[in-house]
Formats: sequence, C-alpha cells, structure tokens
Amino acid sequence: MVQSLNRLKESPSQTAGPYVHIGLTPNFAEITGVYPEDLGIRMVNDKTKGERIVVKGRVLDGTGTPLKDALVEIWQADADGLYNSPSEVRVSADANFTGWGRCPSGMDDGVFTFETIKPGRVPYPDGRLQAPHITFWVVARGINIGLHTRMYFGDEEASNAEDPILNRIEHRVRVPTLIAQREGNVYTFDIHLQGEKETVFFDI
Amino acid sequence: MSEPSRSNNKPETGAFYQRDLDWHPKAFTPWYKTSVLRSPQKSLLSLDGTISEITGPRFGHNIIGELDNDLIHNFARPGESAIGPRIVVYGRVVDEDGRGVPGALVEYWQANAGGRYRHRKEGYQAALDPNFGGCGRSITDENGGYFFRTIQPGPYPWPNGPNDWRPAHIHFSIFGSGFSQRLITQMYFEGDPMIAMCPIVRTLNDPDAAKALTAKLDMQETLPMDSRAYKFDIVLRGRRSTFFENRREGN
Repeated sequence: MVQSLNRLKESPSQTAGPYVHIGLTPNFAEITGVYPEDLGIRMVNDKTKGERIVVKGRVLDGTGTPLKDALVEIWQADADGLYNSPSEVRVSADANFTGWGRCPSGMDDGVFTFETIKPGRVPYPDGRLQAPHITFWVVARGINIGLHTRMYFGDEEASNAEDPILNRIEHRVRVPTLIAQREGNVYTFDIHLQGEKETVFFDI
Repeated sequence: MSEPSRSNNKPETGAFYQRDLDWHPKAFTPWYKTSVLRSPQKSLLSLDGTISEITGPRFGHNIIGELDNDLIHNFARPGESAIGPRIVVYGRVVDEDGRGVPGALVEYWQANAGGRYRHRKEGYQAALDPNFGGCGRSITDENGGYFFRTIQPGPYPWPNGPNDWRPAHIHFSIFGSGFSQRLITQMYFEGDPMIAMCPIVRTLNDPDAAKALTAKLDMQETLPMDSRAYKFDIVLRGRRSTFFENRREGN
C-alpha cells in the first residue's frame, strides 16, 4: 500500500459581500453598543516608537471607479522591523504598536486611511533585507478570494532597488503599482483591481 | 494585542502549504456579475511566505465581551430577544493537518430571520428586527473550538440575475496565526434547496467545496425546548515543518 498524507482541504473562500461592515466594523455600520470600538482602528498610541505616517488610498475597479464597499486590512513590522506576533521568534516587537489595522473604504468617497508608523526593514528567508513595506489584504463584494498585495515607500529608492520581491517582478512597468508616493507625512496607495494599471497581487 | 503564550508549544514559524486555487473560487466568475470588473486579469505573483506573511496579529481573549457570541441578545433591549428560529452554531477551527487552531479570532455576521441586513445601503422591504444587530465574535479555545447563539437567517433577494436569491447563510472571517491564512467565507445550512441555485455558491467549481461550507444539523447538540444546533468546522492552511530552512541565525 501507499501511505496516505491524510490532509484536509482548506475551507474555500467566498466573497465578503456588500455588508462586510456589519461583522468587521459594526460601529462604522452604525451598529453601536455591541463592541466598544471597531477592531483595528487604532494601531499606535502615545508611546509607539517610529515615524508617524498616514497611509491612504482607494480600491478601484476595471473602469477606474472607486469601490465604496471594500474592506482593507494591513499588517506591518514595527520601526525596528519586528512583527507583533507569536510567530516572531527574534526579539519582542514594540508592545505599543499592534502592527495590524483594518479600515473600510468610505461609503461616499471610497477612501481608506491608516494612522501608523513607517516600518523597519525585515529579512527575506535567505538573509537579505527586504525594503520597508506594508502587507495589504483586500476584500469586497465581487472579490471571491481576498487579494494580497504590498505597499512600498516612494522615498526608499535604494532599498526598493534591492528588494527581493520587487526584483521578482518580470514586467518592470508593473513595479510602480506597488510604490506609494509621499506628500508630507501622507503616503497615497491606490489599488487597481484590473486593467492597465492593475496592481501586482500575490499568491503567498 | 499579543498576549503571552500559555502553553509550552513551539511557536509556529513554518511557511504555509500552498493554496489550491482550483478549489477556491476563481476571481473571474461572470455569472456573479460584480466579479467581472473586480477580478485581476493578470496572473498572481507566487512567492514562498516571508516573515511578513507567516506572522500575523493575535487577539487576546480580553477583547471578547460577555454577549459577543450571543446574537439573540447582544443588540436586544433589556429583557427582549431577537425573533426567529433559535440556533447554536458550533465547530472547530483546524488546520489542513487536522490540528486545532487555538486563540483564533472568528467573526460572523448575517441577516435577520426575514433576510434583512442592518446596513444603511440595504433597502430590502423585509423589516428590521429592533432586537437584532447581526454581528458576533469568538476566540477559539485550546482545541480550536468556538460556538455562538443566533437566529437562523432568512434567504435574501439580490440584484444579480432578475430573480436571484441567496440561500440562508452566515458570513465568517477567521484569523489563524499567520496573515496569509486570512480567510473570509460563508456558511450554508444543510438541506437548503437554494444552495445549488446560487451564483455565489457556484463560484466554487468542485461540488465538494460547497459541501465543505454546508453546516450539518446536529440533533445531539440541540438544546431541547430551546435551540437547534448546527456544526460548522473551518479548515485553515497548514504550516510546513521547519526541517531544513536556509534561514540564517536570527531570522
């Protein structure tokens, strides 16, 4: 006989639908009194180390129309490049930084906004350093499985140039879809789901 | 957000098994009309998990309020409760190796018994239930178990085809221990004839995939004279063992 690997199948994804806010940001959906505040709306506090920045953007469909019912989550390292996660086995991350944020796109303008800090560099498995980046996960009505992408920083040209992931992108014209431009302390990162400016999405 | 580990288990540091994207729904499923303009047309860029994806946020049990897993009461006026068939939904969050995932945040949301969502963009004529909000959450126990009490949601019409109706369903969002395990899905109810007709269910190619999302009526766990029970297990991606890794010391 041949031995069995005996694995289960992952639960298949389904769309988050248009009313994802009810479950994930109920206060934003005007369902108040159930949770004290929506999860993921506060990533930093007074004691968080690092440079304070604002990350904002929109999710756009194949016609360039902003989605007004998307939900975006981000995950990033702290200012020293450490993740606030039990799977972080180097040293402990900044306890005053969650590393995780969640924001719905505005129901009127489609804009999402995160108040966070600029992350430090983290290592790639082979030891090279990755450029500073924020991992994004996007769900919405019409998206059957959540989309993973990354935001890099427009003012980190040197580290972006040596980033192992950015260097994996064969079509160099697509690299700018992952790079947010800075204005003051605000980085703007628009995510194009489809078309000419389509953002690079990852299977990770 | 993190709380100290309460076991002596080794931390989870392996990369995840690759996703079977033929088992999951494809992005472009034109019979579900909204997917047409919201599906990437270019291929996904594959990469093995780096520390950015194999780590993920952990939520402490301290975020969970007393009524967070009781949708019959968590939005109700004192002494009142939501209207509809009372049910308990329970199950385990496990990984592809069948190991329970403890400490996983499970969030759920749904329409009321008439199929009406409490959301300002929702205009279906079925009435709101003043005692039903429709959201709840749990953190799994040491074996990956979770449960909540709610009312069974009603089917609900939507503007896709001229006469499309969603089967009764509850939306689920699950966090494992790494961000690339992040999953949103929907739970359906055993025996519902609407399941086979639904364009969103039909984004799943393999009939076994829809079955994996269909909760089974469990009369053994049903509370007599109170609530029926449905069992819904959720499987997250498994992690590779770290046999040989080319990580340098300190990564």
